[in-house]
Amino acid sequence: MAEAVDLKAIGTRPVRPDGVEKVTGRANFGADLNLPGMLHGKILRSPHAHARIKSVDLSGALAMDGVLAAVSGKDIPGGGDLGDNVLAKDKALYHGHAVAAVAARSAYIAELALDEIKVEYEVLNPVMSIDDAIADGATLVNESLHTNGDTSQPASNIAAITKFERGDVDQGFADADVVVEGEYRVPTAHQGYIEPHACTATINEEGKATVWCCTQGQFDVRSMTANCLNKQVSDIRVIPSEIGGGFGGKTTIYLEPVAVKLSEISGRPVKMVMSREEVFRATGPTSATLCRAKVGAKKDGTITAATAWLAYEAGAFAGAPVGPGCMSVLAPYDLENFRIEGHDVLVTKPKVAAYRAPGAPQSMHAMECAIDELARKLDMDPIDLRLKNAADEGTVAPYGPQFPAIGLRACLEAAKVHPNYTTPPAEGQGRGVAVGFWFNIGMQSSAEIRIAENGAVTIMEGSPDIGGSRASMCLMAAETLGIPYENINAHVGDTEATGYCNTTGGSRTTFATGMAVIEACEDIIAQCKERAALTWELDVDQVDWEDGQAIPKPGVNADVKPLSLADIARSAGRTGGPLLGRASLNAQGPGASFSVNWTDVEVDRETGKVDVKAFTGVQDAGRAIHPSYVEGQMQGGAVQGLGWALNEEYIYDADGVMENAGFLDYRVPVTSDMPMIDTQIVEVPNPSHPYGVRGVGETPIVAPLAATSNAVRDALGFRINDLPLSPPRVLAAIDENE
Amino acid sequence: MGDYAYAAPATVDSTVELLSSSANSGTRTQVLAGGTDVLVQMRSTDRGARLIVDIKQLAETNVLSVGEDEIYIGAAIPSAILNENAELKGLLPGLIESADLIGSTQIQGRASIGGNLCNSSPAGDTIPALIANSAVCHIVGADGERDVPVEDFVTGVGTNCMAPHEFLLGLRVPTPKGNTGDAYLRFIPRTEMDIAVAGAGVRLTLDDSGACTAARVGIGAVAPTALVVSEAADALIGTQVDDDALNAAADACSAAASPISDKRGTVEYRIKVVGVLCKRAGAIARDRAKA
Repeated sequence: MAEAVDLKAIGTRPVRPDGVEKVTGRANFGADLNLPGMLHGKILRSPHAHARIKSVDLSGALAMDGVLAAVSGKDIPGGGDLGDNVLAKDKALYHGHAVAAVAARSAYIAELALDEIKVEYEVLNPVMSIDDAIADGATLVNESLHTNGDTSQPASNIAAITKFERGDVDQGFADADVVVEGEYRVPTAHQGYIEPHACTATINEEGKATVWCCTQGQFDVRSMTANCLNKQVSDIRVIPSEIGGGFGGKTTIYLEPVAVKLSEISGRPVKMVMSREEVFRATGPTSATLCRAKVGAKKDGTITAATAWLAYEAGAFAGAPVGPGCMSVLAPYDLENFRIEGHDVLVTKPKVAAYRAPGAPQSMHAMECAIDELARKLDMDPIDLRLKNAADEGTVAPYGPQFPAIGLRACLEAAKVHPNYTTPPAEGQGRGVAVGFWFNIGMQSSAEIRIAENGAVTIMEGSPDIGGSRASMCLMAAETLGIPYENINAHVGDTEATGYCNTTGGSRTTFATGMAVIEACEDIIAQCKERAALTWELDVDQVDWEDGQAIPKPGVNADVKPLSLADIARSAGRTGGPLLGRASLNAQGPGASFSVNWTDVEVDRETGKVDVKAFTGVQDAGRAIHPSYVEGQMQGGAVQGLGWALNEEYIYDADGVMENAGFLDYRVPVTSDMPMIDTQIVEVPNPSHPYGVRGVGETPIVAPLAATSNAVRDALGFRINDLPLSPPRVLAAIDENE
Repeated sequence: MGDYAYAAPATVDSTVELLSSSANSGTRTQVLAGGTDVLVQMRSTDRGARLIVDIKQLAETNVLSVGEDEIYIGAAIPSAILNENAELKGLLPGLIESADLIGSTQIQGRASIGGNLCNSSPAGDTIPALIANSAVCHIVGADGERDVPVEDFVTGVGTNCMAPHEFLLGLRVPTPKGNTGDAYLRFIPRTEMDIAVAGAGVRLTLDDSGACTAARVGIGAVAPTALVVSEAADALIGTQVDDDALNAAADACSAAASPISDKRGTVEYRIKVVGVLCKRAGAIARDRAKA
């Protein structure tokens, strides 16, 4: 659909339904639930980055007064790699890997009990970088892992190699007037959500468990927990709390099966809350990467060939986001010749979890830095170079599908005339440009619309709200039903209270669950028209729905007053019972979102400190349902990207122990580090969504890495290929270049 | 967090008595003023049981006086109080700026210069500024009162010269006279909420011709304790505190530094940057002395 419509609710900026409870402290987060008789669970973690576990003796802990249960790896029998990550079995694969757990009457007793668990380790060599992991004779993280499952080859730390190729790359480079290439490293970074992982679990004598936790997907917590414990999904109810940030990091589980097992053994509810240190050492992060990018172009800027060689750290288990890294790296460009090769590499670091556009920031950092160098060599404006080669409607994306209407060109054109771009950077500052991309996903969603006796609307859906999605649901419902936003409330139900929804991720919620809400509202409208027809003794096709009320269609001769939603609800008992609308779907056509970002920086040449003086993001939202929250996503993603570009990194010692497992030394930006993040929303409607929505949450983190790197290049006059652009790295590079 | 006991004695004498008896009985004891270091340590790195002895309710630790020769800053006076004291900010802007770097605005409601000194971190921001200002530590204990120059107070990473029965009552800072100015600068990768990678404090006195007649330089986060760098001061005394003099002082600070490489910075980085900070702080102190 997506035709121009006269929108009343969509595009307005009302207060979010969950706002008051959050700002007054009433909202309940993962660690806020307490139950009578509850115990506190704590995890014993590996002190080694890589070690064989020869034995685990829980008896010392169990002998302590106040300790009611203890578990080790054998108590988590299923779940494959996930189960092995939840509690290590034969090997501890990173420093901080969970090895055992206890439940005690107090958190302090539980901590003391951890000291009484005896674990015998055979310490092995840590494997802490891609270079180490892929070197000849490298220590193997998993001795039975073979690349792409090919057991005819020796075991390897490379779990998989992915390739995308089109055209004749060699000929393309031969045809180029200018070729640039570079090798770029991006460090391990954490999602940095404010709320540590937390859950409370209880299991009854029938084996039915209830889990309260902070998560991006209660249904995935249910299935993952069931798998780990060899239970059925119907044995577990998962109740999601409010969530204090996820950014992809809460799409998996760490504590839940352990808490259920401890509850099963002790017969008590068990609460487990991670410390910040545990969050850093054992959850998230995203992949450190080594990426090589090469681009060739004609003098007029036409790109003739491009290649990307990508290696992503998976952490201790296969599954780095190198696939999406490959899919993203050249997505902004309409290319005849390219080759992309991705490697999923095991190292002895925590198993990576999704992080906002997983995989795209790293590969696109490399390619967008190379494109910047190409623009310099060609003496072209970096936006003009991208406009010359921009993917557009009809372009076959490097990863296969043909793009429908997309907003890259519109973003580039908007950027080109933006006053922040037409004004040159201040004296002594440098500016860098980069584009960002995320394909977004659709998948399964369900929604129910319940109408109270007074006509108030309750939306019940199953997508945990990590970015203001309840406000968006209410706005789309208000628009569809033709009623005020204030008459609608939205709730995220638990696994027993609402229909199945895939996890909140891939920027799918406003698109896919939004579509389910719209269809459920259309179901309500159809029912209301039937009720009105019954009341008026008309045929249902003689009734229209307009501005929140049923009216006779034009030309229908009926002397009746319009019936509002409240009127129909009030008399619902006489017209067929309560009004309940519902929809479930598997949403197709999520619609990619492109962005253009530019950063202005100043570099202190005596200290190497990079100050971000200005940042502008232009992004295609398809249709901004709640523009403030779209802008908030653009700003939040930009700050995460800038933090990754400037200072965020896991720092390890020689034994593979993270040295900066806290927010003091894992330096996310503080507010005063950041300029105002200027935003401009571009709207090229997604043809697959009734209101044109594209997911917007992930694209914003992608371009800031390269934009900042390119800005520092511009300011210094030479390039620093690796991130972060931390003061010691920048000062050392300045000293080297002087 | 482990089991702990808490006491807030009403007088200096009863505080000393409690500290003495605890020391004699082998009870682990920790003195608390604002608690902004102690409470964090109890929740993270150092979780064992102990007796907490609070001193912030004592009148003596809350004295703030500006005399002709001496400014006295009670050990428990929160940074927030100092930050809003216009007279002190006029006299010792560098020292007060260093106090303004301890934690966030909220934390500064409790954090104190005295606590920052007693925590005895190599990176404590107020310590180089106190050194530059020739501060003296006023200590009380079972043997009575004693004064210790601030540069002799901290003895190592997290350790200081006080006996278990002693605690810090306050700091004596010579009142600036004539054309005197001070400044403290630290380097952090962020703009706030961070720990110094390097820091430098400078206090200068100029004569009417602008020549430097007295100088003191303290540096932090580049050795196990903050250091007095007399070579840097010597490089400034007798000069107009011009670029050449400041560069010489900077070189002296870099030469005096013996830092480690860690998650916050490398040896090379800290050696270079501590000089840069000395140069910049020296220029600010000079301009303040002239103002």
